[in-house]
Amino acid sequence: MCLGIPGKLVEVYRQDDLPMGKVDFGGILKDVCLAFTPEAAVGCYVLVHVGFAISLIHQTEAEEVFSYLQQIGEAAAEEETSQGGGP
Amino acid sequence: MKYVDEFRDAAQSRRFAEAIRRKAKRPWNIMEVCGGQTHAIVRFAIDEILPPSLTLIHGPGCPVCVTSVEIIDKALAIASRPEVIFCCFGDMLRVPGSGKDLSTVKSEGGDVRVVYSPMDAVGLARENPGRQVVFFAIGFETTAPATAMSVALAAGLRLANFSLLVAHVLVPPAMRAVLEGPSNRVQGFLAAGHVSTITGVNQYRPLARQYRVPIVVTGFEPLDILQGILMCVIQLEEGRAEVENQYVRSVRPEGNRSALGQMEEVFQTVPRNWRGIGEIPASGLALREKYAAYDADRRFGLQGITAEEPAECIAGEVLQGRRRPHECPVFGTRCTPDHPLGAPMVSSEGACAAYHRYRRRV
Repeated sequence: MCLGIPGKLVEVYRQDDLPMGKVDFGGILKDVCLAFTPEAAVGCYVLVHVGFAISLIHQTEAEEVFSYLQQIGEAAAEEETSQGGGP
Repeated sequence: MKYVDEFRDAAQSRRFAEAIRRKAKRPWNIMEVCGGQTHAIVRFAIDEILPPSLTLIHGPGCPVCVTSVEIIDKALAIASRPEVIFCCFGDMLRVPGSGKDLSTVKSEGGDVRVVYSPMDAVGLARENPGRQVVFFAIGFETTAPATAMSVALAAGLRLANFSLLVAHVLVPPAMRAVLEGPSNRVQGFLAAGHVSTITGVNQYRPLARQYRVPIVVTGFEPLDILQGILMCVIQLEEGRAEVENQYVRSVRPEGNRSALGQMEEVFQTVPRNWRGIGEIPASGLALREKYAAYDADRRFGLQGITAEEPAECIAGEVLQGRRRPHECPVFGTRCTPDHPLGAPMVSSEGACAAYHRYRRRV
């Protein structure tokens, strides 16, 4: 129910006085209401839930997960204990 | 797909699991609140790479599951009327009321339609001025703003044939109910990332403070969940009980103000009965008096309908994390996704459905 799918905004338009957009989900285009993300511009990635963009996805923040272990000093610990191998 | 595939990376997941193993020195019980997270945990077997001392408890965050039998019965009564086009999300079709489900009503001739968005229901109301179009508004804070926008649009268009059967529920009161439960074991929460995208993170601070539980707002992909668990474990080991945000790529501290404003304009907070759990104060949304003309409950005069929960389904225990789906005596035998006794076996977010789909061996 609370599923949110990330997609790329490729077009913006208005309908019934509401800001709308076409969002590309890996090749599938959907019409999405942008009333809750009025700042969304073509090229942005938005998170879509039941036909509404509920947030803009922030690229810089999205990358934080990949540096988190290093940030808390866990990456070094891992190198010491890692045995390698396995896919 | 961007923002999906890279968050499912196996090597990164193993690094997070290793870090969790090193950090978790004592046994801890962490509840993932959202059913979407439960499904990811079971589907990607995240719980199986965690140290055995760490227990994930599945939470009540499945709106389909917690919608009361009484509201389902109202939906069935409305959907059976010949003048009605009844619109709902696909998950609702097989949820049993006290007698049948919406899918049965449909097979008996009821005009029940699955829609992707509440705005689709507004579209149907415009296209069918001679019919009554009713949208079954279920969902948490993530979904309520969309419903609110649909009713505001219908009001703007003066659509007299559109109404809502509102069953929206709110997450923090349910978290409080879990913590207040007599046999509560939950020591930390992974809060639901998409609910928090709307609400922001401040609503959790009173809970974290009052009950001394760490609350980490967490996303839905494997790396999100593993990072959320790690952040929660670090807090628990350090004796901290703070609100943290793992899902920073979507959740802003203040939430989504436009969505919150729309929700506030249309809805007010009311007590609500949760299926399997009972009434929780200030845990539901209902239309404000200003929008009463769009309330299907009033339009179709259904206030008299009441219903009892089926006795043999342990959904309430499962939803509060007291028992696991496979501990139910009828799991996978008399209760299956095709013949569900309770909603958690039907919904794509239900814990019973997740175990049935991905973990038949247990």
